[in-house]
Amino acid sequence: MKPRAMKIILPLAAGAVVIAVWYAIHYFLHEEMRFLLPTPGAVLAALRDNAPALTRAAINTSEGALLGFGLAIVVSFALAIVLSLSPTIRTSLYPYLMALQMTPLPVLAPICVIWVGAGLKSVSLLTFVIAFFPLVVNTTQGLISTDRNLVELFGLYRASRLQQLLLLRVPAALPYFFTGLRIAATIAPIGAVVADMNAGSSAGDGGGLGFQAVIYSSQAKYPALFATAAVTCVLGFILNAAVIALAWFALHHWHDSYERSDR
Amino acid sequence: MSASPLVEFREVTKRFGAGPLVLDRISFTARTGDFLSLIGPSGCGKSTLLRLVGGLSPITGGTLLIDGMTPADAAAELAFVFQEPTLLPWLRVAANVEVPQKLRGVPAAERAVVRRRVLELVRLTAKTDAYPRQLSGGQKMRVSIARALALSPKLLLLDEPFGALDEMTREHLNEELLAIREQEAWTAFFVTHSVAEAVFLSNRILVMSANPGRIHSEIAVPFPYPRTAQTRLSRPYHDLVAEVSRILRSVEPPDGAVTAGVQSA
Ligand SMILES: Nc1ncnc2c1ncn2[C@@H]1O[C@H](COP(=O)(O)OP(=O)(O)O)[C@@H](O)[C@H]1O
Ligand SMILES: [Mg+2]
Repeated sequence: MKPRAMKIILPLAAGAVVIAVWYAIHYFLHEEMRFLLPTPGAVLAALRDNAPALTRAAINTSEGALLGFGLAIVVSFALAIVLSLSPTIRTSLYPYLMALQMTPLPVLAPICVIWVGAGLKSVSLLTFVIAFFPLVVNTTQGLISTDRNLVELFGLYRASRLQQLLLLRVPAALPYFFTGLRIAATIAPIGAVVADMNAGSSAGDGGGLGFQAVIYSSQAKYPALFATAAVTCVLGFILNAAVIALAWFALHHWHDSYERSDR
Repeated sequence: MSASPLVEFREVTKRFGAGPLVLDRISFTARTGDFLSLIGPSGCGKSTLLRLVGGLSPITGGTLLIDGMTPADAAAELAFVFQEPTLLPWLRVAANVEVPQKLRGVPAAERAVVRRRVLELVRLTAKTDAYPRQLSGGQKMRVSIARALALSPKLLLLDEPFGALDEMTREHLNEELLAIREQEAWTAFFVTHSVAEAVFLSNRILVMSANPGRIHSEIAVPFPYPRTAQTRLSRPYHDLVAEVSRILRSVEPPDGAVTAGVQSA
């Protein structure tokens, strides 16, 4: 069979098996315990019944995630350039970047709320904190890993530091930046949901998926809770797909990771 | 042709930091139009000598003048071709060739004119829009040479530019390099491991010895230009290759041998 067809058939087959096992477990459980694992059918029904609330929550969460993610890209790139300038700057600042990354979101959340208030601002800020670290670390690594021969070539032609940065170091760092971006795109939606649980606000329909999950869980609406999880998943997939597409556009012409194996 | 030397080495020495002497009292001059090859055992300082001329590394002692200037001041008259093609992988051939001019702030229209000229010289106009990874090793090297020629240098410094290529491609590019020089009169310093290549290309060959790097002897190559593939078949060419090989062997101890008092690297 063609490898291309396998790529579609295999995941579909695996999905069918998972759903079958899922149903099997559901009906294997004692009737009073079945609420622990609602059937896929029940989850779909909950998705349909709660569509307006979930859509609104998804939009709010996406807004927070994208704002935080975008802010993280801009700030991390600027900081990476500063960090790339000298080992002294890196040694001085890395411990504090690490410290920021080490502090769990639920601890940061109340601090954020004190500063900017609950809601979108806090959610964006917390997503920013989460997405920032992999971006800045990878981009900095890329900026300081430029091929020595190319740096020498630029020296030979008396390139200014700015020319060296813009025409050589930044393009050479792009593959590293995209590695960071893919990690950030994976954790940013998770960060946004967790931030929403801890620092979100439902005032004026501003609640996100995290808030929605808290509500459904307190109301014991378990199929709806599963539906919320599914929506979160889909958001993560969309952001990841967008980043993968962006990386492809930026790199596939020249970067070895996109070298076709059939040549 | 001007009588004053284009490059003048007077008692030039070089050491890196507190390390051993790498180049010891190097003295020679090169005139405009010279094609000068440097051969010698590996580690004898050929690349270092070239890098001194290119201003990539400072001299430790003596005097080094290029067109009457220090290497740093002569930057505009020099171009360097490294052993690696050192192309920017994210730029197409056209943009790669234009890099030196772009760094000097040459306007785009002017850059395009020069780019077309130099790509024609290396016969790669068909690959203008290709990315480096779509090129063969020989083609990449030709782009690298075209890029070096884009600034119309007076002095072209080549450090084993064809060292990584197969014999056929190398011979072909040797002929092409001489053909280009028929059209553009630059002076060349050419580092190579290949005696045949040195004899084919140059009018002068400097043989260096190692530990510390010194000029052992100079050999004049009398064959007139233009030289072609036919030149390689001639008797005098073969005799000279044999002669230079003999001299090189006399300064290059066989593998594993340690000259008295000198540690091999
Ligand atoms: N940047 C450097 N720092 C210290 N030593 C160097 C440096 N570059 C070259 N050398 C030393 O100088 C000597 C000559 O090197 P090189 O010029 O590369 O030789 P060649 O090109 O003839 O093989 C070697 O012993 C090498 O180890
Ligand atoms: Mg060398």
